[in-house]
Amino acid sequence: MTEQDFTTNYKPTWCPGCGNFGILIAMKKALVELGLKPENVLIVYGIGCSGNGVNFLKTYAWHSLHGRAVPSAVGAKLANKDLTVIVMAGDGDGYGEGLNHFIQAIRGNTNITYVVHDNQRYSLTTGQAAPTTSKGTATKSTPNGLIEESLNPMALALSAGCTFVSRGFSGKADHLKDLFKAAISHHGFSLVDVFQPCVTFNNLNTFPWYLDRLYNLDEDKAYRRDNFEAAYKQSLIWGKKIPYGIFYQKARDTYEDNLPQLKGLALAKRPLALRNINKLLKDFS
Amino acid sequence: MLKKKAVNNLKNNLSWKIGGEAGFGIKSAGIMLGKILMRSGYEIFDYTEYPSLIRGGHNTYQLVVDTRPVNSVTARIDVLVALNKETVDKHREELVAGGAIIYDQDKFKVNAAFAQGKNLVVLGVPLTTLAKSAGGEVMRNVVALGASLALVGQNLTIANKVVTELFGRKGEVVVANNIKALQAGFDWVKKNLTGQFICQLPTRPAKDNILITANESLALGAVTAGLNFFVAYPMTPSSSILHYLAEIAQSTGIVVKHAEDEIAVINMALGAAHVGARAMIATSGGGFSLMTESLGLAAITETPLVIVEVQRPGPATGLPTWTEQGDLQFMLHAAQGDFPRIIVAPGDASEAYAIGAQALNLAEIYQMPVIILSDKLIAEGNSTIKRLADSKIKIDRGKLLSAAQLKSMKNYRRYKLTSDGISPRALPGMTGGLHIANSDEHDAYGFSEESSENRNEQVAKRQKKLETFYKTMPDPLVYGEPKAKKTVVVWGSTKGVVLDAYSQLDLKVKKKIKIIQYQYLWPLAKEFTKKMLKDPKSVLMIENNSNGQLANLIAQETGIVIKNKLLKSDGRPFFREEIIEALKKF
Repeated sequence: MTEQDFTTNYKPTWCPGCGNFGILIAMKKALVELGLKPENVLIVYGIGCSGNGVNFLKTYAWHSLHGRAVPSAVGAKLANKDLTVIVMAGDGDGYGEGLNHFIQAIRGNTNITYVVHDNQRYSLTTGQAAPTTSKGTATKSTPNGLIEESLNPMALALSAGCTFVSRGFSGKADHLKDLFKAAISHHGFSLVDVFQPCVTFNNLNTFPWYLDRLYNLDEDKAYRRDNFEAAYKQSLIWGKKIPYGIFYQKARDTYEDNLPQLKGLALAKRPLALRNINKLLKDFS
Repeated sequence: MLKKKAVNNLKNNLSWKIGGEAGFGIKSAGIMLGKILMRSGYEIFDYTEYPSLIRGGHNTYQLVVDTRPVNSVTARIDVLVALNKETVDKHREELVAGGAIIYDQDKFKVNAAFAQGKNLVVLGVPLTTLAKSAGGEVMRNVVALGASLALVGQNLTIANKVVTELFGRKGEVVVANNIKALQAGFDWVKKNLTGQFICQLPTRPAKDNILITANESLALGAVTAGLNFFVAYPMTPSSSILHYLAEIAQSTGIVVKHAEDEIAVINMALGAAHVGARAMIATSGGGFSLMTESLGLAAITETPLVIVEVQRPGPATGLPTWTEQGDLQFMLHAAQGDFPRIIVAPGDASEAYAIGAQALNLAEIYQMPVIILSDKLIAEGNSTIKRLADSKIKIDRGKLLSAAQLKSMKNYRRYKLTSDGISPRALPGMTGGLHIANSDEHDAYGFSEESSENRNEQVAKRQKKLETFYKTMPDPLVYGEPKAKKTVVVWGSTKGVVLDAYSQLDLKVKKKIKIIQYQYLWPLAKEFTKKMLKDPKSVLMIENNSNGQLANLIAQETGIVIKNKLLKSDGRPFFREEIIEALKKF
């Protein structure tokens, strides 16, 4: 497989210079390096600029509703555990409309990878404030400055018990590729929050803004990603310096590991046959 | 206590009601009595009234027993079992002349004056004392059950067996105590009642029946037909589908998931169905409201999904534990945009079984959402029906492709235009079937595409599927005298009460009436309706809602305006007496 095998003929509709391109390239490379075939990958998209990527990346795809990508992906994984299931959603999509699903999926630890295209804006709807927008930011929906504090996806995921918590940057595509590979290979629910500058509607969180601040946890030899307290401390760092990389990883049974019904052949691959209910009818006799 | 003289108006049917606070074991005693009488050769229909709380409040359980099939509740009762005083105060007026009250004389006193005029049998049984001596006060309900069996001329042979089966899991002591409790109540009545009670139900040859709710039989229909993925969020009166399927999940191999909310429910099911699971979800109107956007997602992605909507009175929280048929117009119109859906309403537990199975086929054949519209009365009410048999059930997955079929196709297009509107379906994981299931309007491959031509093609393609279904759809069911001029129209649970009332009419009246039951509500059987209801003045519409929602749908689709409507929306089902009255006047 090559990157070309994961490329459709559809001309990308993202703005020139959009941070989403870095994510698309890194994902294709990761899938190729993991030796996956397009037919064995199901990518579930939310609604937003990230969701429009559904047309550009060639795999099986489910383009969900705004905020609803995660539960669709969980259902698909339970029904066919042989598929590699990845979610591509936006920060408004995933942390606004779909926040409850995010927390609940972490609890269940279904083996899917959740990639959040985090540009701190609702960009497809022309730049309103998102849950990750910095407090005080003036946008079309908050002309006098955003009153709410911004949401911290890393701290939230950690406190909810996420077994793989990470942050990438679309300006560091090679690192992002490795991050995707690690996340997809993780046995459980993995979060990759990706800083992805919106070149049209966000003039604060730009490529240079990130490059000035980001430091790579993966390059810190002293950092242990199985240390929850250390990860939590890192997750709270935001300002002149911002960490990225794998914050935390932990082995835990997945939801599907705990369902005896799913042992053996994937559910969707089993031939359907009429079930005899005579034994069950005893309770009603 | 009054002693009862011999009576000459003996009957072998019974309307029995037990009342008390939640937590008194009213329903469990009632279901035990139902099972006992079913095995004694009788037909049963039961009905519970309860507020939405766990302890306290006023709860009743009513059992209607007959020698012929019964599918409705009567307003009048023959026996009232009162575990608290409130039950006597609230329900004594419902007793027929010659009826009986069994009450716990250890807990409260009953002024017998009201009983005189009606010649009631008033049995103040020391339920608490007898239960305590059998092993615990908690068995007051079982003592009352024993007393009831004595009253109606049953013995305890079958009762002891049922109790042994039901409590077997709890150990020998519990079984022995309950048998003692049964005997104590039974003996007390035998000793203290002289003469014979008006309802006598001696053991008859037993039929091959089961006692089941429409929620359970619907679930079993789906289980029979290969359901392998079920998701739900609890909501009365749909929850017992979740409870039952969760209980049998491991033994049947079905994935049963209690998701975080109804939006997750439908989206999980869609994700599973997209990759090839046979998926079903269940909720009530409130939960369905949350699902509506995703209903449209099922339609535009052409993903098979069965949605069970068990109605209760709305809007909002409404009357959470009562019954109504107020969601038909909502089901017809839920979600933005024009798209096809199938709506079907079972009239009883037997129909729910067949529909539970068939809906899974229809969803896969037509690749669209299928809504099963049930209601609380049948969903939570037990009735005796013929033992379910799968002889008519087949699994039909429509145009689902096998890996081999897909391999032989070139240039696979998931949303290819076809003459019947239905496109061959590949599943993720299959070689050669790559496509996007896209919530945006899309072309035949699934790519987002907004051209006018494509939009028109895809809208028409999806609509075509419903036209294809319409051609094979069964007509509404006709009962009574098919050529009769007068027509009664029903859907859902009102079928039961209308047919029960009809069977009690004089032959002369019966000959003038036919009854039409709409099982499939969408698409509406237009030609059939135009033919059968062409004289609207001779039509009576009976619906458990405030607007006549099916009447409105018929008017919309055929121009036939039915003005003669019997409607009820107080949360209660139609009682048989009301319908008999209405049919006589009609």
